[in-house]
Amino acid sequence: MAADSSKVASMQDAIREVVRDGDTVAIEGFTHLICFAAGHEIIRQQKRDLTLARMTPDVIYDQMIGAGVASKLIFSWLGNPGVGSLHAIRRRIERADPEPLEIEEYSHFGMVARYVAGASRLPFFPLRSYYESDLPKANPRIVPIDSPFSDDTVYAVPPLNPDVAIVHVQRADARGDAHIWGVLGCQKEAAFSAERVIVVCEELVGESVIRSDPNRTVIPGLIVDAVVVEPKGCHPSYAQGYYDRDNRFYVEWDAIGRDPQRLESWLKEWVHGTATHAEYVDKMGDRWDGLLPPEAWSEPVNYGRYE
Amino acid sequence: MAEALTDRAAAAKATTTETMIVAAARQLEGERVCFVGIGSPNLACNLAKRTVSPDLELVYEAGVFGAVPARLPLSIGDPTLVTGAASVSSMFELFAYYLQAGLIDVAFLSGSQIDKWGNLNTTVIGDYANPKVRLPGSGGACEIAINARKVFILMPQTKRSFVEKIDFVTSPGHLAGKRPAEWAGVGPTIVVTGLGMYEFSDDGVMYLSSLHAGVTVEHVRDNTGWDIDVASELRETHPPTAAELSLIRETLDPHGTYSR
Repeated sequence: MAADSSKVASMQDAIREVVRDGDTVAIEGFTHLICFAAGHEIIRQQKRDLTLARMTPDVIYDQMIGAGVASKLIFSWLGNPGVGSLHAIRRRIERADPEPLEIEEYSHFGMVARYVAGASRLPFFPLRSYYESDLPKANPRIVPIDSPFSDDTVYAVPPLNPDVAIVHVQRADARGDAHIWGVLGCQKEAAFSAERVIVVCEELVGESVIRSDPNRTVIPGLIVDAVVVEPKGCHPSYAQGYYDRDNRFYVEWDAIGRDPQRLESWLKEWVHGTATHAEYVDKMGDRWDGLLPPEAWSEPVNYGRYE
Repeated sequence: MAEALTDRAAAAKATTTETMIVAAARQLEGERVCFVGIGSPNLACNLAKRTVSPDLELVYEAGVFGAVPARLPLSIGDPTLVTGAASVSSMFELFAYYLQAGLIDVAFLSGSQIDKWGNLNTTVIGDYANPKVRLPGSGGACEIAINARKVFILMPQTKRSFVEKIDFVTSPGHLAGKRPAEWAGVGPTIVVTGLGMYEFSDDGVMYLSSLHAGVTVEHVRDNTGWDIDVASELRETHPPTAAELSLIRETLDPHGTYSR
């Protein structure tokens, strides 16, 4: 592979070139591998009028929506996992404070199915959910359809094709071939459904490392536009085997997000006050000490040589 | 090591949440595959695995099957659920091949509001377009309520949560007694609150089946927004034993995060 095929870019350049005002952006990751570093760079660059899609908006979207980058949210569970509410988002939904936030709401399976339809370029995806729920009344894009083959009725959800998907992974090569292990969420479906893809990795590895274990490749470089190397880029979320979830931060965020002034000063100090995620990581100091897990390696598998 | 408790002392000292966790755990006897939520359902399932149901397979929404959490998970995708699990799949596979295919025997749900048919609201208090309180929404609850073989509900009980009419049906229970027979799951079979346990009649209507120690029927009526039915042979919930309590306090939730 020629050196000029490398897609490695800084986070600043990747966000500047790939994310445009008005885009639909999905930063996925189910509790695991949530790319806070990319969300923070979007805030720093003051992107505007984004539609943010995520199954669980989590603290990252509370920060981004609190910072004013988005006008719409597509989601299926809106909370601070294990803690409670996302207050900046709730202020905008409940009181249009400081401005309204349009929402488009599904269930988890519905959101996953939307990505699957998007990734497969299908017009809809059918699922056995939503029967007798009020969700289809709240969202007219959840529609019952009759099976062409039986008396069955299922619900259809439309494809989701974000302009940009940002997926964090444990390791990738310079072309964007990416290994993920642990909770997979819908990183793969979000990446395949998007028009443009940024892969953010804990570690940049050689192509031979990826090729030594192709079953672990969740995202192929084929669909990747930029590769950003950003160690600890998920904090306070986690990367399996690299660092633990900073649960204390999720608890602390409750009080910060509740108060618009505290939220603003937190953004000023931790996002605008740091030029890069590496600075944010350094600024955390010894907070990392309790977040690094002891090792637990998998047994290697034998792929065999067939020459 | 805490001082050993006698069962009598244990019962006297159990918190409301511990009583709920223990009551729910005992209901998992004989069950095989359980879809677990974070907080008290997680404690109930892990307690059951160590007591009445050692072969219970724990399934977490994040895609984990056969989890063996070595510490108390603080989120639904906690890394401790992954290490040592039998399988970790994508969320599509979890919802399509496990849940929708009917492999889940029991799932735990909760809600901010419940009605007498076990329909649950986790979406909104007030009007959807102009919410008084915006709640988290469905997550996986809507499809779990439809596709899990049965549903156990674990939630606190007040007049504001046990209501005549819920503001939004997020997850269907027994509807108005007309749950379609072709759905994979039979719907909620048990509700456990801090006051007692409830089951459902053939018409899908909730009734009080067991009172926790020290609670009266009047207590229950004062905390229910409709005229609740009471079983003709009302039982008293067997209080938590010393062994159950020490498992919760010393092994499963040593800091009392979800059980105090």
